[in-house]
Amino acid sequence: MEDMKEIVKTYVINEYVEDDSEVTYDTPLISGGIVDSFSMVSLKRFLENKYKISIPDDKATPEAFDSVNKICVLVNEYLK
Amino acid sequence: MAYSDKVRGTYQEIITGMKDAGLLKVERYIHSAQAADIEVEFPAGAPLKKVINICANNYLGLSSHPEVVKAAHAGLDSRGYGMSSVRFICGTQDIHRQLESMVTKFLGTEDTILFPSCMDANAGVFEAVLTKDDVMISDRLVHASIIDGIRLCSAMHDTFKHSDMAHLEEKLQLHNDKRLKMVITDGVFSMDGDTAKLDQMADLCEKYDAMLFCDESHASGFIGKTGRGTHEKCGVMGRMDIITTTFGKGLGGASGGCVSGRKELVEMCRQKARPYLFSNTIAPPVVAGVIKVLEILSATTERRDKLEKNTEFWRKGLTEMGLIIKEGDTPIVPVMLFNAKLSQDVSRDLYEEGIYAIGFFFPVVPQSQARIRTQISAGHEIHHLEKALDAFRKVGKKYNILGKTKQEIIEMYGM
Repeated sequence: MEDMKEIVKTYVINEYVEDDSEVTYDTPLISGGIVDSFSMVSLKRFLENKYKISIPDDKATPEAFDSVNKICVLVNEYLK
Repeated sequence: MAYSDKVRGTYQEIITGMKDAGLLKVERYIHSAQAADIEVEFPAGAPLKKVINICANNYLGLSSHPEVVKAAHAGLDSRGYGMSSVRFICGTQDIHRQLESMVTKFLGTEDTILFPSCMDANAGVFEAVLTKDDVMISDRLVHASIIDGIRLCSAMHDTFKHSDMAHLEEKLQLHNDKRLKMVITDGVFSMDGDTAKLDQMADLCEKYDAMLFCDESHASGFIGKTGRGTHEKCGVMGRMDIITTTFGKGLGGASGGCVSGRKELVEMCRQKARPYLFSNTIAPPVVAGVIKVLEILSATTERRDKLEKNTEFWRKGLTEMGLIIKEGDTPIVPVMLFNAKLSQDVSRDLYEEGIYAIGFFFPVVPQSQARIRTQISAGHEIHHLEKALDAFRKVGKKYNILGKTKQEIIEMYGM
């Protein structure tokens, strides 16, 4: 799980953060304006490709994607 | 009547909020034809003031060109004022198709379809050619009209960092399983004045079997050696799949736009693009005017050459004065001030000096990126630019920003 958190955090920073802003496992990503609704698509696809899972569109909500911790909870649901 | 006090109050509160935040857009009334020298009423009711316009999209100075005006008059006389119909019912004249053929030849594409505006072209094109099985991958700084078009399309959408080709390639790999892929960019980015790397993008699109889309609104007529656009500058004429552009900027400045590109994609727009199907096309006098514009630009590169010289003069003058500008070679030259209020103050003082230039700040540009966006025209003479430089020097001295770094300006005025 820690490994997954670090992978997701690194992806989020590389993909969306264009300044020196710090991102922690609990940083609000969607509600904090770091990831916009358009960009959620690439995050979802990254997770699906990386972990060989399929996240239904109705589960890929802004709330479920709003922090690294929440994203990892979601991914783990579909890893089982 | 359902427009109660409560409803009215709701809107009044929103508008007051915009005003209090300094975000209310106030229009300035121009009492003359669009040109380098204009007469402006600002604020409303104030006496007319003669100023030099350095914020129009009138790149080639054709907005009030006598030959274009004459051609529009002739079009009005011979084909009338309007069509009172959409294209596919009884709204297509011979000159509409003539203009489409001329644009095709000018841009070096396969076919062209006119739209009421480029905003409409961008709003309609993606939905017409892509489905939910496809993906659109756009530069993060594309124009708002493209964002709107993307929102109207059921295809998946992803973005790549501005002009970052490695990031674009990652996204093409990520979405390689999609039925169709389209890479989307502006040719010249309207706020920063930089140009897309269309040569590298065309290579990547070929590698990953993706279509390449480019909005050339701030490029058509003057970018590239013969003014065909960014694709000419980058050496990829004939390799573009879709170009959208406007007739409301360099190409005459009136109105109208188009989608130009692969003939099947243009046909899909003709059959399915909603702004094309459900709105009248460009009015006959404007069509006649744009035809004349393309005749002028196809006969000589004199105007784009003059624009290039003016742009070099202007960029050099601002840089030597010690102002910070965005690097590049296009006639869009942003003077960076970083602080929103400073951009408004400088704009106001320039106006007092007889120079019409507008300050842009968040949300039009990113936070701490406030600027005066200047736009040079072939309609400017050197004396216009010298006077504008003098005004920038005077106002720059007043605010002590000449020769200062970004950090120093931010320390003085804040982010």
